[in-house]
Amino acid sequence: MRKTSVGFWVGAGVALAVAVVAVNLITNEYYFFAAYTVLTFVVLATAWNILGGYAGYVNFGTAAFFGVGAYTSVLLIKAFGAPLLVQILAAAAVSGLLGFGAGLLTLRLRGIFFAIATVALIVIMETVVVNWRFLGGATGVQLLRPPPIPPFESYQKMLFVVMVLIVLVGIGIARYIETSWIGRGLRAIRDSEEAAECSGVPTLKLKLLATTVSGALMGAAGAPMPMYLSFVEPFSTFNLNYSIGALASAMIGGTGTWIGPVVGALLLSTLQQVVTVTISNEMNVLVVGILLVVFVVAAPDGIVGLIKRLRRSR
Amino acid sequence: MFSLELLAEAILFGILLGAFYAAVSVGLSVAFGLLDVPHVAHPAVMVLAAYATFVLGQYGLDPIVAGIVLMPLFFVFGMAIYRFYYESFEKRGSEAGVRGLAFFFGVALIIEVGLIIGFGVDQRMVQAAYIGESLRIGDMRVPMRMLVAFGVALVLTTGLAIYLSRTFTGRAIKAVAQDEPALRLMGANPVRIKQWAFGLATGVTALAGAMLIIVGPVEPQLDRVYIGRTFAVVVLAGLGSMSGTVAAGMILGISESIVLSMFGASWAPAVAFGLLLIVLGLRPQGLFGR
Repeated sequence: MRKTSVGFWVGAGVALAVAVVAVNLITNEYYFFAAYTVLTFVVLATAWNILGGYAGYVNFGTAAFFGVGAYTSVLLIKAFGAPLLVQILAAAAVSGLLGFGAGLLTLRLRGIFFAIATVALIVIMETVVVNWRFLGGATGVQLLRPPPIPPFESYQKMLFVVMVLIVLVGIGIARYIETSWIGRGLRAIRDSEEAAECSGVPTLKLKLLATTVSGALMGAAGAPMPMYLSFVEPFSTFNLNYSIGALASAMIGGTGTWIGPVVGALLLSTLQQVVTVTISNEMNVLVVGILLVVFVVAAPDGIVGLIKRLRRSR
Repeated sequence: MFSLELLAEAILFGILLGAFYAAVSVGLSVAFGLLDVPHVAHPAVMVLAAYATFVLGQYGLDPIVAGIVLMPLFFVFGMAIYRFYYESFEKRGSEAGVRGLAFFFGVALIIEVGLIIGFGVDQRMVQAAYIGESLRIGDMRVPMRMLVAFGVALVLTTGLAIYLSRTFTGRAIKAVAQDEPALRLMGANPVRIKQWAFGLATGVTALAGAMLIIVGPVEPQLDRVYIGRTFAVVVLAGLGSMSGTVAAGMILGISESIVLSMFGASWAPAVAFGLLLIVLGLRPQGLFGR
C-alpha cells in the first residue's frame, strides 16, 4: 500500500511539472481552453464518483454545485475583490454546504428520487442567480482579470496550473477515501444500506461526508471558471451538460476506482473537444449519449473493468 | 398590482394548465409510478412526439389527429424500449439502479441531440383553427388552445384510469405493481404485462406530445423543464395514482400560475422543482400514495 502511495504522489508531482512546462511552451490559446475544460471534467467526474461510484447515489446535480462554486467566486470578486485562493476555498465551502444539504436528503430519498431531487437543485440555484441582480441576473456579468502573479505570463496560464492543482488534490482525496475505512463503509452502503447499518457502519455520517466532499470538489472546480472566461451567465453555468459529462465520464471510465473517472474524463472530454472542432457541437453531445448507453449496457465496469478483464484472460 | 380579479384569472389559468400537466405526466405515472422504471427519458419521448406531430402537421394533419395517429407507433416504440431495458438491466438484477438511470439519461440525450440535428434549435409550432383564438368570459380571455388541451387531457386521464381499474389487462398492470412474485405464481408473465404497460405509457405520451406543441412552441431541449414538472406531478400524486395525478397536476398548475402572475416569469421554473423537493422531504409517499 505504501509503495503505491509513493508512486501516486511521484506521478502527481510529474503531472504538475508537465503542466508548468506545457504552460510555458504552448502558445496556441485554444489548446489551453480545451485542456482547461478537460481538467474541469476530470475534477467533476472524480467528485461525482465519490458519491455515485462508491456509495451508489446518482447525482444529476453536478451543474448546481459547479455553478454555485462559480457564482461564489463572482460574489466575492464583486463584493471584496477577494484573491483567487479565497475564492476557491469559499466556493468549496459553499458548495460543500449545499452538498451537506443534499446529504440530508439521502435520509429519506434513494435511487431515482435522490437523482431527481438533485436535478431540482440545479433549477432552483439557477433561478436564484437569474433573479439576483448583483450577480448579473440573466444577462450575466463581465469580469476584469487582475494582473498575473510574476512567474506566469498571463492570468489564464496561472489559472490553468491552479486547475491542475485542484485536479491533483481532488484525485488525492478520492483515492484516500477509496482506500480508507470511509470507502469500505460507502461500498457497504452501495451494496445494501440496511445491512451496512446493521453491521455498525455509521451510514448517515458517511453519506454526509461523501456528499459534502463531493459537492466541495465540484464547487472548487467551478471557482476559477468566471475569471478564466472573464464572463459568466447562468444558463451555460448551470447547464445540465456538466452533470452529463461528470456522470458519463465516471460510467465510461469505470465507477469502482479513483482511476476510472480520471481515465473516462480525459478520454471523453478530449474526444468531445475534437468532435466539437472537427464536426459540430451537436455531434459532441450525441457521442456522449451513445457512448454512455453503450457502456452502461455492454461494459458495466467501464474501461477500467475492460482492461482488468483483458489482463485476467491473458 | 395584486387584485382579486388577477388571482381569479391566475387560478382559472392554473386549472387549465394543471389538466395539461396531468396529461403529460400520466405516461410517467404508469412507467415510473406503477412499473418502477426510472424513466427519466419520458419528457424527451414527449418532445419527440411533439416534433412528430409537427412533421405530420406539415402535411396538413390536425395536431390532435396526428397525436392519435402516432399513438400506436409510440406504443410499439415503448415496448421495444422496455424490452431492451429489461434484457440489459432488470433481468441481470444487481446494480440496475445506477446504470438503469444512466441508461435512460443517455436515451434522453440521444433523442435531444437527434432532434437538434434534424430540426435545429429553433422553436417549432403547428397551425390549427383553435390555436391563437381565445374565448372571452367577462373580462377574462381564455386561449382556445388551453381549452382544447384541457379537454383532451381530461379524456386521456379518465380513459386511462378506467382502463386500469375496469379491464382485465389494466388490473393485471396494477397487480404487477403491487406484487410481482404473486402474479408469477398465478401463472401470468409479469414481463409481458410490464412490456404492454410501458408501451401503453409511451403511446399515451404521444398524445401528450401533440398537446405540448398545441399549448406552445417546442424546442429540442424543452424536455429538461418537463423532467421537473412530470416528476413533481407523479411524486406529488403518490406513485401510480391516476386521480392523484389530476389533482397533483392542478396543484402544480395553479401554483405555477400564481407565482407567474405575482413574481414574474423568471421565478416560474423553480416552482415545480421546489414543490418536488418539499414533497420529497415531507411526504415522499405523495398525497394519494399507495
